[in-house]
Amino acid sequence: MAEKRKEQIRRAPFVAIFVFFVLGAVAISFGEPSRVLEQATQICLSCIGIG
Amino acid sequence: MDFVRKWVQALFFLITNGYWNFPLTRGIYQGPLKVICSPGLNCYSCPAATTYCPLGALQQLLSGVRLALGNGQIYIGLYVISAMGILGSFVGRMVCGWACPFGLFQELLYKIPSPKFGIWPILRYVKYALLLFMVILLPLFAVDAFDMGAPWFCKYVCPAGTLEAGIPLLIMQPGLRGNLGLLFFNKIFFLLLFVGWAVVASRPFCRTACPLGAFYALFSKIKLVKLRLDSEKCTHCEACHAVCPMGVRFNESPDDMECISCLACSKVCSVNAISLEVGGIALTKERPVPLAELHPVKSHD
Repeated sequence: MAEKRKEQIRRAPFVAIFVFFVLGAVAISFGEPSRVLEQATQICLSCIGIG
Repeated sequence: MDFVRKWVQALFFLITNGYWNFPLTRGIYQGPLKVICSPGLNCYSCPAATTYCPLGALQQLLSGVRLALGNGQIYIGLYVISAMGILGSFVGRMVCGWACPFGLFQELLYKIPSPKFGIWPILRYVKYALLLFMVILLPLFAVDAFDMGAPWFCKYVCPAGTLEAGIPLLIMQPGLRGNLGLLFFNKIFFLLLFVGWAVVASRPFCRTACPLGAFYALFSKIKLVKLRLDSEKCTHCEACHAVCPMGVRFNESPDDMECISCLACSKVCSVNAISLEVGGIALTKERPVPLAELHPVKSHD
């Protein structure tokens, strides 16, 4: 008779998600999103092989 | 399930490339959505792009880190790494299979009738070298007289940037054509290489050269959503080997860093040994498997 496997919740993904959320909060407190937005709204000519 | 996946891929393609006003403006989208990370490889200089490419943004931040720190600005890439890390921790390389426009593009190319070939397994490690050197170390340390680095991967390799941004911008802005040089033809070479290769081999860029896939692959063991192998049910029939677009032998390495969770293997598994799990809890409802399939009787003929 097959024994039903007991399922356990893995904690590692939740720890990793929490750590990266904290990193994101730190980055937001430093104002990094505004720098990312500034870069992403300009055409990066060297990135696309033109400049 | 493959039908659903194709629709999800198309949806992500449209969401991350939703700026359809570009033929009129002849420029790129410059709105506030560009503070959001694109899950897959999608150049932010693409005229239709509505989000930022994590690889491009990370290289830009790292290449200017000295100047930023010199100005008292702590822009060291934490925001981008955080977004990539959250995505990686949730789904890992499932992004490649379900949300990457360049992955979808390669899948469509592979449908073109032609002789099909495998990819030498050792080439999978090239993408980790590209991530380490061209995305992190070279932008950070190979600086010019003004302490500025360069986005090495975007500048010298990325075929997605050439396809999605370089070629469309050259069409829309004829003034840029005067700047064409060796750099552009180098990028065209890589684009043609991967386009041609994708016709005869499955997802060659994802498997050998994508640093974003390499980053997400680091989460293969701990990601929240992953495929699970029931080793008691598996009969090692190897049906999963033949259908995997990434060349994974799922029954031999269920946590393989190449797995993009496309579910092709679970579809062909006749004994239902492969299921999707979230944080350790099986998500897909398991079908009852006949006892004869669990313990196949070998013929003695």
